[in-house]
Amino acid sequence: MSEHKDLKSVNEKMRSLMARTTHGRDDFEDLVIVPLFAVVVALVFGALIMLATAVDIPTIGRSFVALAVGSVGSLSAWSETLTAAVPLVLAGLGLGLGFRAGLFNIGAEGQLLMGGLAAVIAGFSLDFLPMVIHLPLTLLIGAAVGAGYAAIAGILKATTGAHEVISTIMLNLISFELLNWLLRQPWIQREGRSDPISKSVPDSARLPQLLDWISPNFRLHAGVFVMLLAVAFIWWLLFRSKVGFAFRTSGENPSAANYAGMKASLVIVLAMATAGALAGLAGAAQITGVLGRASPGFSAGIGFDAIAVALLGRSHPVGILFAGILFGGLEAGGRQMQVDAGVSIDLIGIIQALIIVFIAAPLLVRAIFPWGFRRSSKKEDAA
Amino acid sequence: MTFLNKITARTGLAAALLAGTVMSASAFTACQVTDTGGIDDAGFNQTAWKGVQDAMAANEEIEGRFLESQAETDYEANLNSLIEGGCDIIITVGFLMGDATKTAAEANPEQKFSIVDFAYDPTIDNVLGQVYATDQGAFLAGYLAAGMSETGVVGTFGGINIPPVTAFMDGFVHGVNYHNSEKGTDVQVLGWNPESSEGLFTGNFDSLDDGRAFAQNLYDEGADIVMPVAGPVGLGSATLAAEIGTDELKIIGVDADQTQTDPENADVYLTSVLKRMDSTVTQVIDMAMGDEFEGGLIVGTLENQGVGLAPYGAFESDVPEELKAEIEAVKAGIIDGSITVGE
Repeated sequence: MSEHKDLKSVNEKMRSLMARTTHGRDDFEDLVIVPLFAVVVALVFGALIMLATAVDIPTIGRSFVALAVGSVGSLSAWSETLTAAVPLVLAGLGLGLGFRAGLFNIGAEGQLLMGGLAAVIAGFSLDFLPMVIHLPLTLLIGAAVGAGYAAIAGILKATTGAHEVISTIMLNLISFELLNWLLRQPWIQREGRSDPISKSVPDSARLPQLLDWISPNFRLHAGVFVMLLAVAFIWWLLFRSKVGFAFRTSGENPSAANYAGMKASLVIVLAMATAGALAGLAGAAQITGVLGRASPGFSAGIGFDAIAVALLGRSHPVGILFAGILFGGLEAGGRQMQVDAGVSIDLIGIIQALIIVFIAAPLLVRAIFPWGFRRSSKKEDAA
Repeated sequence: MTFLNKITARTGLAAALLAGTVMSASAFTACQVTDTGGIDDAGFNQTAWKGVQDAMAANEEIEGRFLESQAETDYEANLNSLIEGGCDIIITVGFLMGDATKTAAEANPEQKFSIVDFAYDPTIDNVLGQVYATDQGAFLAGYLAAGMSETGVVGTFGGINIPPVTAFMDGFVHGVNYHNSEKGTDVQVLGWNPESSEGLFTGNFDSLDDGRAFAQNLYDEGADIVMPVAGPVGLGSATLAAEIGTDELKIIGVDADQTQTDPENADVYLTSVLKRMDSTVTQVIDMAMGDEFEGGLIVGTLENQGVGLAPYGAFESDVPEELKAEIEAVKAGIIDGSITVGE
């Protein structure tokens, strides 16, 4: 009897933990104020770390100016910020959807690699197609392969109970080596090169550049529209569709979902596949919009950064959009920081990590900024 | 890159307002984009950056800036950050940046570029390539390794199978083979086959763990001298050598004299194959300042000291005088053409 009670209280705690990362339209504080303060505190800590590493105060000032200028200070800064945000938001949407369905998918990196590689292959091998067919098809193939790759982890979980954290991490490792190997196959490898690098994607499968009429250095591409469409679609899917309802219910209360007649295993596989499709699309957008070819590690950690983006965005499509733009801005601004102030670009990684630490520990943020929160929420935490 | 930033860079105004200091306006700005190994890799990127630093030390009007690539996907973004950012010359470091540099150079014909380790064919008017006959230096290292090996097995491995890396490995193997044919020895080289262009590669230029694991594998196969050609990856190999002792395993450094750049493990380096990127980078900056810049190629060789062999460091007294003399003779032979490095 007491065991039963313990289990019940553990379950309740788990649920409130999940609720904090996913739910709460009513909880404005968790959704907006905590992330906002987390960013501020992380920036302050970043400055302290610079001080600790013997960077003088004028340089710190200069580096923050550079961070702002390099991320939002001009048209080309916006171009870089948004270019970096596109794959982060796309992959982040998939991860957020997984979180809402109760799945902690670590595999976006691998799904992104597989999707991107599929896009490269579709790009150079279907070059006889006209652009109106070729480009959408290339993106779709990327998404489909990403979905398939993620579905492996979904099926493993649904049929054998294998935990998705473990299986997606393993699938990431497999994808790295698979990519390495495939890039050396003569039908993919670029002619005349002995290092692993793929053939180039022809123009008919490239996402058009949006600002190249201003300057050829502006890399912003039509992937930004794909990103916005995906945000709208995932919002609809999650909050207006039957499937989305099943995802959310399974995430919040698996037993309730079960009693309501939702097939748990189907929901798991579908949620994983949708997440994988978005990660694959992120890879395809990166290939067709920015890179034009695949090389080892072209994912560049986007799939992992996207986990942070999804957490920061509280697994809400609109939150993820803003979080992705913020991270894109940190990336673009970080470069400027190194150029103008000579501060190592690694600091940006530290700031990103700190943001996540503070998001994951809202109580810490509340303790630092007690005046930023209503009394009632304090009472709630105390209880 | 940004017009706002351009103003910042030119006048230092925005920064000065906030930071309370006035940036000195410099007459010439040299900007460098590193490869993924990073600016402090004790070899490749660091040596190229030293060229900028040397130029700065020689001339106060020169200001140097750098930007590290954290992944291959950063190349274009990094170049974009520097373009229009008030750089008088942009120096990109590494063969893998060849595509990105070409794209940027063609989009910005007024901007001067220089790239380490890439030769464009045909040449681009605003890009000056810097390449090195590293196989000549590595040939000497191979000869030395063959003369010093006690197990009769030496090894090498690379970062990625690209010409600037495999040039070292080619030279190394040919140097060992030359020693074998001249002195009647039968020293084997593991890790690279110049004929089939296949060998051992870590697949990256940044994992010290890989450097350790690959050196361990070669050591397990009997190699007592290993030459890692993979930037900071080799530092991991050096750590292994320091742990198991230099009687068992010695390392041949590449790019810079690694007894200087990796002082912690200085005594494991038998020698280093020098690739004097610092001297060519300084040369390129001088050319760009003096308006003598034109697209094309600079080649570093043993003859113009663009490549070479570092001193023997801790092994100065262990290397027999006879072998040292032979190496000097081989070096002279390569310079006058009586010894060809490729077979």
